[in-house]
Amino acid sequence: MKNLLSITDFSVAEIDELLEVASDISVNGEKYAEKCKNKILATLFFEPSTRTRLSFESAMLSLGGKTLGFSDANSSSSSKGESVSDTIRVVSCYSDIIAMRHPKEGAPLVASMSSTVPIINAGDGGHNHPTQTLTDLLTIKTEKGKLDDFVIGFCGDLKFGRTVHSLIDALAMRKGIKVVLISPEELKVPDYVKTDVMDKHGMEYEETTDLEKALPKLDVLYMTRVQQERFFSEDEYLRLRDSYILTLDKLQNAKKDMSILHPLPRVNEISVDVDKDPRACYFKQVQNGKYVRMALIMKLLGVK
Amino acid sequence: MKIDAIKNGIVIDHIDAGKGRKVYELLGLENLDCTVALFKNLPSKKSGKKDVIKIDADIELNFEVLGYIAPEATVNVICDQVIKQKIRPEPPKYLKNVIKCKNPRCITTVEQGIDQIFKLTENGVYRCIYCENSVNK
Ligand SMILES: [Zn+2]
Repeated sequence: MKNLLSITDFSVAEIDELLEVASDISVNGEKYAEKCKNKILATLFFEPSTRTRLSFESAMLSLGGKTLGFSDANSSSSSKGESVSDTIRVVSCYSDIIAMRHPKEGAPLVASMSSTVPIINAGDGGHNHPTQTLTDLLTIKTEKGKLDDFVIGFCGDLKFGRTVHSLIDALAMRKGIKVVLISPEELKVPDYVKTDVMDKHGMEYEETTDLEKALPKLDVLYMTRVQQERFFSEDEYLRLRDSYILTLDKLQNAKKDMSILHPLPRVNEISVDVDKDPRACYFKQVQNGKYVRMALIMKLLGVK
Repeated sequence: MKIDAIKNGIVIDHIDAGKGRKVYELLGLENLDCTVALFKNLPSKKSGKKDVIKIDADIELNFEVLGYIAPEATVNVICDQVIKQKIRPEPPKYLKNVIKCKNPRCITTVEQGIDQIFKLTENGVYRCIYCENSVNK
């Protein structure tokens, strides 16, 4: 039985196959309308995330399946002190597959140890969020037509941004991808991402604090939020914040076919006027998120 | 107590200076009834200073724990005052229920009855299998 706890659980071939199915779903949705008839997806959200939960539920409903679950820990047995293992053992009896989000890192691994059905990690604290990474990959593949030979810039909080780390994990296994890491000094990518991932796979990368200078080189720009609480002082935050906000003005020097991604929710790091620009892909990402979750549910349930 | 004062027992030699106490604790040597001596900062030809532990009985050492905390050490098994065997501990691939994960956001801090498991990574670092945080020895 296969789970998806971390993006590295899947090989490049498995990811490619899954993205292939997701692409087909995006054009031939009706073909898939009954693929998971009589199957039940449990969405166990020990921590609320309406956006991600709805995406999973919509995915299962579009496959003709059903869903059950809870949307925050207060309405679940875990508020009475029940362990993850026990909750999962029980829910395994009621469902064919489980998507879970939990505030503690590693909770999905614990769940997989006592589950009799496949587990999908829908986010475990600051640790992993592999379906976001699949979403990002599908978006890049759809926009660029390929998943190799391009320059991708990551901008914002590269220190704590888990979506950045796992997308780098996934891209490091592919060929000809160059990474430009754009962040304030305080929020640079941790050393282990460089040594254990990028250096290990011989991935080419550079670091800069200057978004505007980096922009013309990029084929893909992955924006993330710079949060105030990451800074020592408000002054420092205010001083830096504006340099990492994407505006139409800054985009003037970017390639005409650059794709702008963002894991959402956005606060102010991409100004609203960018939304109209054809390079903005972050709302398409949401749609892609549903397609990859459909393909993932089918894959883990062994449905062809 | 001198080395040659041990008739039958174990000498854990060449522990990096300053680590002896940690080795003593992790091996659970405080639970032994026999004589146990911990020497700190003995002169060493190899590294200037070393810690040494002598145990005056032929006990079963946990080599996995020793290989984790002091892979640099040498274990001398002494029988009738002669060194019968010299063993170099190897760092174990997995470490189960020896140390606890210190990451406050880790599931192991709240989940009951869970094994604390750490995995040795390619670059010699132990990481919690749940949250992947690395251990600072
Ligand atoms: Zn941990």
